[in-house]
Amino acid sequence: MTAAPGTATAPSPPSQDAAEDATPPAKRARGEFLFFALRSKKFLIASAILLFLAFLAIFGPMIDPTDPIAQDGLPQRHPTLDPGNWFGQTYFGEDVFAQFVSGLQATFFVGFLGGGLAAAIGMAVGFTAGYRGGWTDEVLNMITNVFLVIPTLAVLLVITSYLQARGVLFEAIFIGMTSWPWAARAIRAQTFSLRSRDFIDLAKLSGRGSWKIIVTEIAPNMSSYLFLTFILLFGGAILIAASLDFIGLGPTGGLSLGLMMFNSVTYGAALQLGIWWWFIPPGIGIMAVVGALYVMNVGLDEIFNPKLRET
Amino acid sequence: MRRYFGRKLLTYSITFFVAATIDWLIPRFMPGDPVASLVARTNGISPEAAQALSDYYYNLFGLNQPLPAQYLNFWGSLLHGNLGLSVYGHGTPVTDMIMRAVPYTLALLVPAILLSWWAGNSFGALAARRRWLDSTVLPLGYILTATPYMWLAIVLSFVLGYTLRWFPFSGGYGFNLEPSLTWLYFTDLVAHWVLPFLSLFLVGFGGWAIGMRNMIIYELESDYSRYLEVLGAPQSLVRKYAFRNAMLPQITGLALSLGVIVAGALVTEIVFSYPGVGSLVFEAIKSEDYFLLQGIFLFIIAGVLIANFLVDIAYVIVDPRTRVAMRGGTA
Repeated sequence: MTAAPGTATAPSPPSQDAAEDATPPAKRARGEFLFFALRSKKFLIASAILLFLAFLAIFGPMIDPTDPIAQDGLPQRHPTLDPGNWFGQTYFGEDVFAQFVSGLQATFFVGFLGGGLAAAIGMAVGFTAGYRGGWTDEVLNMITNVFLVIPTLAVLLVITSYLQARGVLFEAIFIGMTSWPWAARAIRAQTFSLRSRDFIDLAKLSGRGSWKIIVTEIAPNMSSYLFLTFILLFGGAILIAASLDFIGLGPTGGLSLGLMMFNSVTYGAALQLGIWWWFIPPGIGIMAVVGALYVMNVGLDEIFNPKLRET
Repeated sequence: MRRYFGRKLLTYSITFFVAATIDWLIPRFMPGDPVASLVARTNGISPEAAQALSDYYYNLFGLNQPLPAQYLNFWGSLLHGNLGLSVYGHGTPVTDMIMRAVPYTLALLVPAILLSWWAGNSFGALAARRRWLDSTVLPLGYILTATPYMWLAIVLSFVLGYTLRWFPFSGGYGFNLEPSLTWLYFTDLVAHWVLPFLSLFLVGFGGWAIGMRNMIIYELESDYSRYLEVLGAPQSLVRKYAFRNAMLPQITGLALSLGVIVAGALVTEIVFSYPGVGSLVFEAIKSEDYFLLQGIFLFIIAGVLIANFLVDIAYVIVDPRTRVAMRGGTA
């Protein structure tokens, strides 16, 4: 249910052209990619933002070694320029910057793992359905459609009842297992259009097995598309995780940006006390990561697909 | 036509069946005993009375029967529209509780979905290949669509509610009012509706605008657009054709993202304590009211499926090729 297109971007179904033009992009000169990448403003800005935030997530704890859940006696301090207090403190006297940094780690982790898992399942289902066709296709299609509308929350509720302690890993795996359907659909459609090409027939004639053909002939011809799908799933997983954290179905221990928002609302930071520095950073963090991913998606699309470049 | 809809209906029936079965599992496999927690809330009754009450509820919910029988009963009472009693609502039928919340959620969702889709698509189409619009609307669209629903809701209520005091930001209507058919009540209702609606609308708007803008660019680069241009057709005509073709993926996208929009509405309602289904879910989770949760999820599934079906119908109306294919021709 909480599928990734949810970001409602209705992810631009990557150019049918991307696959069509491709004289195997695998062989395309790496230099050409770099040439256009370094000229794409979208790609550069998005990469800069992502690298900066990743840097913050990795090295943040070294910059500000405060324990994110340690409470000192001075509640809700305003942000100041003093080192160690850049983002101020929560109602309980916890350091917002330290929380932000460790939440950012969880965000990247959930996005990468959840998005990666969803991409893997989507590819497996999409390739199989698109390449085999016939009955396999019908059955897989049905499963995909069921997963598309099933209320993920209900399933999560049942599972959470068994797992009293859930980590970020569990959340990532859960999101990965439930957000693949639209990717499977899109990849199936692409595979379908490649399946009847001459070079596939040739590969079949040479007696190669189905999986070998999929891996060596079909996948490389839509590699750019697959990568774009992964980026969108990455961003989607982050947004889903934020929602789950926010209704209290997220990880039970540890910190995340969604949990920070949840706490700031539950303890009245936003609407009774006006502690804006508590809820602004986590939102900006998620927005920056996901937004940069989406912009990068379009930037890469333009790099891979010459037709889309602005002239 | 019959084959197309027949297949769709089959998919939806299977989905509903699977989802309902998962849903049925919720109260049965939850740790702890919902009936015990229900009885525990009736403070200060004698153990015998508690035992009697517990037996009564076991009978009422049919929890003392073997599982297969429970499962059949579940479908039986489901088809009669009976979803059990709510613990959170102190024994109010779940159906009643949901029915009370649904109008609020629909009043938020339906205008938010339709208006953001319409406005986003129109804006996106305008922005494509127009440099100055592209450089203003586009970044805004990316920012909006990457915003978590609840965060936009928090920010809006903080800025427009808490700080500027333009709109109320909690509840569905003022605490000092009773629902009635008066002008005062109606305006109050609308005032409380504005902010939650705006959060849902803005996030959706960004997504549709970007989607449409990218689609139009694909279409403008395709062979038929080039051909039209070479023939000397006016730009407006080429754009019109591009728009019609770009519309189709956007309709499919609407169906794909319905589930997510609904989930977005749930968290938005929680932020605003808006008395819709989302707040009900939140309360049900907090008070471990599994029958209420079960009922709400069935309701959401049914709603999403019906909306999907409506989108299917819309698609057939908009895309003539599906109708040709249905009559057995090839597009």
